Amino acid sequence: MLRFLLGRLGLLIPTFIGVTFVAFTFIRLLPGDPAELLAGERGISPERKAEVMKQLGFDKPYWQQYLDYILGIFQGDLGTSFSSKKPVLDEFMTLFPATAELALCAIILAVCIGIPAGIFAAVKRGSIADQAIMGTALVGYSMPIFWWGLLLIILFSGVLQWTPVSGRISLLYFFPQVTGFMLIDSLLSGEKGAFLSAVRHLILPSIVLATIPLAVIARQTRSAMLEVLGEDYVRTARAKGLAPRSVIGLHALRNALIPVVTTIGLQVGVLLGGAILTETIFSWPGIGKWLFDSISRRDYFVVQGGLLLIAGIVMLVNLIVDVLYGLINPRIRHN
Amino acid sequence: MTNTSPASSADADKVQAASRSATWANLAEFWYYFSRNKGAVIGLIIFIALVAIAVLSPWISPHDPDMQYRDSFLVPPFWEEGGKSTFILGTDAVGRDILSRLMHGAAYSLWIGVIVVSISLSVGIVTGLIAGYAGGAVDTFIMRLMDIILAFPALLLALVLVAILGPGLTNAMIAIALVLQPHFVRLTRAAVLSERSRDYVVAARLAGSGHIRLMFKTILPNCLAPLIVQATLSFSNAILDAAALGFLGMGAQPPASEWGTMLAEAREFILSAWWVVTFPGLAILITVIAINLVGDGLRDALDPKLKRS
Repeated sequence: MLRFLLGRLGLLIPTFIGVTFVAFTFIRLLPGDPAELLAGERGISPERKAEVMKQLGFDKPYWQQYLDYILGIFQGDLGTSFSSKKPVLDEFMTLFPATAELALCAIILAVCIGIPAGIFAAVKRGSIADQAIMGTALVGYSMPIFWWGLLLIILFSGVLQWTPVSGRISLLYFFPQVTGFMLIDSLLSGEKGAFLSAVRHLILPSIVLATIPLAVIARQTRSAMLEVLGEDYVRTARAKGLAPRSVIGLHALRNALIPVVTTIGLQVGVLLGGAILTETIFSWPGIGKWLFDSISRRDYFVVQGGLLLIAGIVMLVNLIVDVLYGLINPRIRHN
Repeated sequence: MTNTSPASSADADKVQAASRSATWANLAEFWYYFSRNKGAVIGLIIFIALVAIAVLSPWISPHDPDMQYRDSFLVPPFWEEGGKSTFILGTDAVGRDILSRLMHGAAYSLWIGVIVVSISLSVGIVTGLIAGYAGGAVDTFIMRLMDIILAFPALLLALVLVAILGPGLTNAMIAIALVLQPHFVRLTRAAVLSERSRDYVVAARLAGSGHIRLMFKTILPNCLAPLIVQATLSFSNAILDAAALGFLGMGAQPPASEWGTMLAEAREFILSAWWVVTFPGLAILITVIAINLVGDGLRDALDPKLKRS
């Protein structure tokens, strides 16, 4: 197991170095003048520009800038945001809980509905229920989620007025951040109605972000279940008279879930990409919206740091899934 | 080939005829399995209809898509109160006919799909063939490069690339092609690795085939099935991603009638004029569903494992 883990880690190192290089190079290819952006003035004097470039370290040769950047990463220094003048890592840590809360709710929703729906469709293969579930999954899988978000706003915020249009909680409530997770913080605050307000703000964005993972998980669960249900050991279990419920629950599901775990892990990239769209539509103050705004305003160090942190999260989750997969399935580990 | 004897040329003709009839038989078998999937056939019909609309839109659309009717701002669809029969799906905030814009927009979406898939498929196949065929350090280098691309969420990477290249439809297509391409590289490489040591490849190598011939003429045709399925998937992903970039203001620029861009322009009216938001998104959804249905059908028809069952 240790060898397997070390092997996977060894593969990650060159990829991580590549990611740092990509993030570093990309922001230097972005059009625009960082000095003008930082100074906040157009047509600044050459002396002032040289001073700003020096302050940013942009006057050094590229290899040295890259080296400084790598050394900075190890010290937790990802540079400073041009617009807020705060360290990139601090901003990320403040905003990340908002995205994490949204993404967690979305993935819980996707797993809790997707897996049972997939199992049900597989067990009732060919029935109307199966066709309805798979048809719905196809629609979900094909959904332009930014439009889906707008439709839900029209219906639930506009026509029915059940949910708010944007933000994480009503402005009426004010309490200190403890965990950064609004659902938990609102409960801790003890303010009446705060928790309900947080839930109502969270519901639509979670549904929107969950849509594609939900459809993918349902499809994957169904096809994995179908494959397993045709195996000899399932037939044996049935033949010896086990109740259908325990055949499916005990024998089939356990084996079918192995590929589903990988699929769930792979959704992290989808969720973080989807967060850009979802957070923009619902004005959700998370890292998706933060990065998109920073790309638009050419906030160099935020883009550079954000790219690195997001790729880091994706790689870390993929590693965890790989290891989990190796734990559940010894065949992978020994290959 | 002046010294070919009549007998051998007749043989060659026979071989050609046999291979032609085998191709037809393969196509017929493919259609048999494809058409058993009703959803796939429906998807194909919708897709053909969309292509027809896209091609014929200059002649069949009721209005010029960019014409602004100054007396008809935000007219609702004809069945709603205040609707006009000349604007079946209503007009947008500057008085342009939505139906005509949607019809012209079909051409954008289909072009995006065709171009993105062509770029990512061809680059991906060549890169994957090289990685799988060469092996060793070349393979490791290429695959780590693909890992780097895959470490970023596709939309985020596409956004940054477009920011570098400059907003616009062409650059959006290049960016999307780049982020979709690793899937083709991985698939091609995996297929090449499993085919490389097969007897027919060894035989072709012993018969004196060069590297290029071995890669493209011997191995590649036998790896096509998963690539075709992935290409359909990427076609729908390309349309979705391009629409998302358009929606974020980084793809096709106004006044282009690209569906995502239309949605971006419509955003401020979501609570006052539902039709400007609803129809462009519905067009994207229907197109993507149709292509995914075709993709599912292709997978069923091309997957030998499913055929046997």
